[in-house]
Amino acid sequence: MYVAVKGGERAIANAHALLADKRRGDRGVAEIETRQIDEQLSLAVDRVMSEGSLYDREIAALAIKQARGDLIEAIFLARAYRTTLPRFGFAEPLDTKAMALRRRVSATFKDLPGGQVLGPTFDYTHRLIDFALAEASDPPPPATAPADAASATPRVVDIIAGDDLIEKSPPAENGAPVADVTRDPTEFPAARDARLQTLARGDEGFLLGLGYSTQRGYGRNHPFVGEIRFGEVEVEMFVAELGFAVPLGTIAVTECQMVNQFKGGDGEPARFTRGYGLVFGQSERKAMSMALVDRALRAEELAEESIGPAQDAEFVLSHCDNVQATGFVEHLKLPHYVDFQAELALLRQLRTEYGEQRTEKKESSVLRPPSSDLRTEAAE
Amino acid sequence: MNPRPYNFAYLDEQTKRMIRRAILKAIAIPGYQVPFASREMPMPYGWGTGGVQVTAAIIGPDDVLKVIDQGADDTTNAVSIRAFFAKTANVATTTDTTQATIIQTRHRVPETPLSAEQILVYQVPIPEPLRFLEPRETETRTMHALAEYGVMHVKLYEDIARHGHIATTYAYPARVADRYIMDPSPIPKFDNPKLDDCPALQLFGAGREKRIYAIPPHTRVVSLDFEDHPFERTKFDAACAFCGATDSFLDEVVVDDKGGRMFVCSDTDYCEKRRAAKAKDAAE
Repeated sequence: MYVAVKGGERAIANAHALLADKRRGDRGVAEIETRQIDEQLSLAVDRVMSEGSLYDREIAALAIKQARGDLIEAIFLARAYRTTLPRFGFAEPLDTKAMALRRRVSATFKDLPGGQVLGPTFDYTHRLIDFALAEASDPPPPATAPADAASATPRVVDIIAGDDLIEKSPPAENGAPVADVTRDPTEFPAARDARLQTLARGDEGFLLGLGYSTQRGYGRNHPFVGEIRFGEVEVEMFVAELGFAVPLGTIAVTECQMVNQFKGGDGEPARFTRGYGLVFGQSERKAMSMALVDRALRAEELAEESIGPAQDAEFVLSHCDNVQATGFVEHLKLPHYVDFQAELALLRQLRTEYGEQRTEKKESSVLRPPSSDLRTEAAE
Repeated sequence: MNPRPYNFAYLDEQTKRMIRRAILKAIAIPGYQVPFASREMPMPYGWGTGGVQVTAAIIGPDDVLKVIDQGADDTTNAVSIRAFFAKTANVATTTDTTQATIIQTRHRVPETPLSAEQILVYQVPIPEPLRFLEPRETETRTMHALAEYGVMHVKLYEDIARHGHIATTYAYPARVADRYIMDPSPIPKFDNPKLDDCPALQLFGAGREKRIYAIPPHTRVVSLDFEDHPFERTKFDAACAFCGATDSFLDEVVVDDKGGRMFVCSDTDYCEKRRAAKAKDAAE
């Protein structure tokens, strides 16, 4: 008797040993290698890097293995590792114009300089289970074309901006101060840099739902995909001792530039507005959702009426982080018996009082005949 | 990929300095919620990350740490947090309330009175006492700035109108040093009187919400009430089935499937000490 709260230490150790055993699974099946996860579940790795905000494929793949494929758990592992890493400084703004493109599509122009590049995409595949994949596969090598160094691939929004038909993007300023949501608590109203950072780390599913809600009328902003591009960009950092920026390496990113309903007036000609999304690796769903929500969050700045949750910065930014959300939701598993006991005591007291009042009422109605009852009351 | 040793008590020294600055500000403005750059910790948000960061920032090699959850030292999350500091800071741990220099707690204040040499660190899920009356941070910060606490009194009044009592039994709001209203974390209101004029420093850490607040030693802490409905501590009709205590917070334990119940001290250290004292008396 009374064992429920005892033996916590042994129970935890045993539970963790059981978890390790379940993670490994049937010993007759080959153990998965982190390299296999990196190579063959690469979109899962991309998501963990993105929402874990740590560009490290090795760590992300290991986290996925450790988390038994639970991606939010893997994101949590990546975050808790990332937070202990030393911080050297901020990189220079990425130049996505100079991206080595793997994929590039625009929904606003049929053709454009540099062309449309479909790249590796699920788009236009028929979602039929490929039973042949159950066995080992050896697909033929994909078609290639020689790299055309001369062909420029300007960003679609820059083309539109050339005609002054879209609002100007604030120019990239080297060395300008940038928000860091991992080092400063978010304050409201939050500036766009802090908002974009928070969205970049935000849960893909949550942002997808919010972006979707803007399309269904909860803060509609008439989006067109100006351009989605995925590929590698170089990261540079300014080193004060050297006096110039040095390349640190390349990272793969997906960028989405939404072109949205126009705005004019107040002595300004009408122009399209922008929504922006940028994530590590290849994730168009997340980049597009982010761009929709970014645009929705500009409602106040653009003097639009706020009618949808996606336009409410406090609501979106306070609830889009899945590591925070999962922790707080799941903490309900922790014991709450002290608080519950306090509630139980009050509830019992209220019920006792309720019972006493009912008994009193009943007794009084039995003792007094209804007719005299009325008269007595009137007399009083 | 080389395994990298972690710093003393997990957090790097820069982060600890940042947290200590927030703590100092919190002590300077009792009851005020100081925003701080809360870090991701290796345990989930909502499981004590705020308390763990405060403890990590103040703990030294000579400290003796006690961790309780629901008043007990042996609940799973308390075990896990104690093991975390034993591993990352290599500090001595104890279950004895009087031996500890730092006590990290979730949902309880120990029954044994604290001393000036001790610090009580609370794990806080929602630091904002006005949150369930006003969900917006921008609004609640303004309300605190203007000491505009009318809504809270209205809420308590509505409780009385509906139930005949103030229906808040835990996380019962209190006014600190005649200025800020604070959420004492979800301790039962039974514990609220212990916050007042306490010789120990009391620190509150909310990791997910990125807030730290404090009650300096010997600060006036008044639970909100009305003249005709004064604050009342929860009273139990039972005594502890183990130690016979009638002055401690009791947990109800279901002992069979026929409605059998027994009440035992939630504070395990308090209960064990009383039983040991009784056994000693009996032996003499």
